[in-house]
Amino acid sequence: MRYAIPIGVFVLLIAVLAVGLRLDPRYVPSPLIDKSVPEFSLPALRNGETSVSSSHLRNRPRLLNVWASWCVACRVEHPLLLSLAKTGQVDIVGLNYKDERADALAWLARHGDPYAQIVYDVEGRLGLDLGVYGVPETFIIDKNGIIRHKQVGPLNNDTLNQVILPMLSELASEP
Amino acid sequence: MIPEIGQFTLALALAVASVQASLPLVGAIRGYDSWMGLAKPAARIQFLLVFSAFLILVHAFVSNDFSVAYVAQNSNTALPTAYRVSAVWGAHEGSLLLWIVILAGWTYAVTLFDSQLPRSFAALVLSVMGIVSVGFLSFLMFTSNPFARLLPAAADGGDLNPLLQDPGLIIHPPMLYVGYVGSSVAFGFAIAALIEGRITAQAARWIRPWAVGSWIFLTIGIALGSWWAYYELGWGGWWFWDPVENASFMPWLLGTALIHSLAVTEKRGTFKNWTVLLALATFALSLLGTFLVRSGVLTSVHAFATDPGRGIFVLVLLAIMIGGSFVLYAWRGPSTFSGGTFEPVSREVFLLLNSTLLAVATATVLLGTLYPLILEALGLGKISVGPPYFNVVFGAVMLPLIGLLGIGQFSRWKSDSIRRLLVRLRYAFIATVATAGCAAVALGGQHAMSAAIGIGFGIWVFVTTIFGIVERCRHREHVWYTLFHLPRAFVGQCIAHIGFGCTVIGVVITSFYTIDEHQSLAPGDRALVSDYEFHFVGLSSFDGPNYRVTEGTFDIRRDGQLVATLKPQKRLYVVRNMPMTEAGISPGFTRDLYVALGEPLEDGAWSVRMHLKPFIRWIWLGAILMALGGFMAMFDPRLRSPVTLRSEQSATSPVSD
Amino acid sequence: MQTIIYVVLLGCVAFAVHSADIPVSFESPHDEQRYVELLEQLRCLVCQNQSLSDSHAELAQDLRSEVYKMIASGKHNDEIMAFMVERYGDFVLYKPPMKSTTWLLWFGPLLLLLVALSIVLLATKRRRETQLPLSDEERQRVQHLIEPDKQ
Repeated sequence: MRYAIPIGVFVLLIAVLAVGLRLDPRYVPSPLIDKSVPEFSLPALRNGETSVSSSHLRNRPRLLNVWASWCVACRVEHPLLLSLAKTGQVDIVGLNYKDERADALAWLARHGDPYAQIVYDVEGRLGLDLGVYGVPETFIIDKNGIIRHKQVGPLNNDTLNQVILPMLSELASEP
Repeated sequence: MIPEIGQFTLALALAVASVQASLPLVGAIRGYDSWMGLAKPAARIQFLLVFSAFLILVHAFVSNDFSVAYVAQNSNTALPTAYRVSAVWGAHEGSLLLWIVILAGWTYAVTLFDSQLPRSFAALVLSVMGIVSVGFLSFLMFTSNPFARLLPAAADGGDLNPLLQDPGLIIHPPMLYVGYVGSSVAFGFAIAALIEGRITAQAARWIRPWAVGSWIFLTIGIALGSWWAYYELGWGGWWFWDPVENASFMPWLLGTALIHSLAVTEKRGTFKNWTVLLALATFALSLLGTFLVRSGVLTSVHAFATDPGRGIFVLVLLAIMIGGSFVLYAWRGPSTFSGGTFEPVSREVFLLLNSTLLAVATATVLLGTLYPLILEALGLGKISVGPPYFNVVFGAVMLPLIGLLGIGQFSRWKSDSIRRLLVRLRYAFIATVATAGCAAVALGGQHAMSAAIGIGFGIWVFVTTIFGIVERCRHREHVWYTLFHLPRAFVGQCIAHIGFGCTVIGVVITSFYTIDEHQSLAPGDRALVSDYEFHFVGLSSFDGPNYRVTEGTFDIRRDGQLVATLKPQKRLYVVRNMPMTEAGISPGFTRDLYVALGEPLEDGAWSVRMHLKPFIRWIWLGAILMALGGFMAMFDPRLRSPVTLRSEQSATSPVSD
Repeated sequence: MQTIIYVVLLGCVAFAVHSADIPVSFESPHDEQRYVELLEQLRCLVCQNQSLSDSHAELAQDLRSEVYKMIASGKHNDEIMAFMVERYGDFVLYKPPMKSTTWLLWFGPLLLLLVALSIVLLATKRRRETQLPLSDEERQRVQHLIEPDKQ
């Protein structure tokens, strides 16, 4: 029955390709899921005297949103972050990635500021440790400082309602 | 107005192709002479129609008709005319139309030469090619219309991607397409053979030039792509195992297997199943390549920006055409073929090993290319499979192939003995080892051993080829006469094999002995690359037709003598505001010198990359020789003469042989 | 989303101006060689068709300096690769790691080669064995064909 081998292999191939069409070839899954947020201690954006560190990302679930004033797509998701911050459901911590302080503050003044705290990562060191490659990116961090989810690219209503919010409520009810 | 005519012409072509695809097929199976007779005129009319549509699109580009969306996206008034024409195939819709025109062209060519085939067989081949035409014309018309209007018309176009504004890009895609599409002839032949349940020696003889012909163009197309990447992309690389490169390489590998297997089927009547399978699979890989480039399934520099909707369409096309052909193979294969006998040691077996190893190599490349997708589809994470994998694994499969090539081209049909081969070839082996050893000493360095082994394989091909010629001539009475009257096919084979050896040697030496220097240089500075001194003389700025240039001048000296003056450029294409690098290259038979400007740094210095690339031209020289060899083999008169006598018979009585 | 991808791809090809393509120098040529080789084995996550060595994306420049620092501080190649994989996953390596999920990838070709060669061997042997000797009737027919005059 070796004459059936070609069609057999071909059917498998088509199946793989069909599934492949629904995947995004540029998406890179994060190896940091279920690992601790990397240790850091960096100055805050708004008040350069104080600092934000990894120990601040505990006690309750948070969103860590990587953004910059030079990032065009960040503007797309920003209204969603603002409305989410208003609901008070979750604290959003900002990570200002490879930006100028003045530019970042001006951007926030123009577009609104949903962040409870903002890390000023001018050299991109924390971004590198978090495996950031495509700003904006959003991480869900649980109360123990463990990264539970990573969203690459701007948030939209679908990802917010179908992934982020459900996960947050799940985490809130975790012991 | 005129673009609408183009659209109408395509619709008409689809209708004609549908006739070409259906009626002659039924006619051949049922024996309806008049239906079979429709194949030739339908094919010819289809060609005229699609070619007219193509000319209309070219006209739209040359006349800057920005009311056609495709023109508006890919051209510009400042674009030089030559590039306006090549812009026609610079993106998805136009290149697809080119594909279709080339397919119609091959079909037309078949109608010019099919008198040598039994009527029903020819009708089947043309029908199958018609089915492929219908598939692609539908794809074009329903998802990728090149004549779609942009209203209101753009004031000026988005310009052709500057990377594509280059002579290499004018001929690389057409050559590649001629090769890809040409494999549809062998595909048609294989389907016809499966439907009719037999392959006559006549048919096998007929198809050989067609299989070789399409292979030649694939060889040239791939070599052009490699050469173009080398001089255009600015990093001195010539092969990246990029998914789309692999997509062109796989049909080439399998196409090579096909032409070798066909040689056996034609001469000895054996391996018919295998040859048919290879013909089906080669075309399948061509279509797979089309899918990979246009569906967005894999990231690649070559991928056309396109959407998953088109990807689904192509996948369905693929499933129907290739799936259908493999189902036919599974159904008709077992009952169909048999024939020929040969001993365990014979030329047949060597050729079988050759095509088997090539098939394994192809499967290896396919596995590596698709593996990331497979893992991701199964939710098992995302990995990369890149050059470190392919170089090792592919190289490992190639080595036995090259070794066997040497022995195989020396072996006798039907029956041979290991003893005879070993005795005959022992001097060849010694000569190879000696030469490789000398090469290792001459090249030196820490890689000398590995390089010597690689070079040895290439030299093995040279030596055994020469020995084969000698063997053929020496026992004849008139040695020199024999030498100058060797059959064209044999000469072609020798040249092609030598070309292959050249490519192997070029690959090995360049891989091990390339020297890369990356330094910060200001005008006036000097840098040393091996024993070449690069002197950055100065910079100048000026304007090109649609770009601004900063050009550096480098004098290169060796032992105090001026060897070359190179002028690498940094261009800014104004329409898309896109920078491009043009490298300065001094080509040579034994080495290339290569300079590329990077970015301007502080204090007037520039980041400059300088490379010494030994023997790199041998890679493409080898490809040219392979194509030349194939060309000679194609036109061997022996592939014609006995057949013409039978053509009268078969024209009148379809059931002959 | 499409526009963003388009912009990124354009940026990759266009050699983003604000990332510098700074040549680096090492004390030992061995280190320099390691640097070059490592960069070619790592994929740029932004310009995904280029290695860290070729890419002009800013992330690539950052990672290049990271690799440089790590080599200068005496780290081994394995440690540097591990650093990258920890942050970006296996995707960043051009050479697929040897894991249970990649056994088929690494051993598949060898397996295929052995299977193919054994098929060829069997087919050749089988062909020899199916050459049956001629029956008497067939022998007579052959005789008749060769020498038609003899009855």
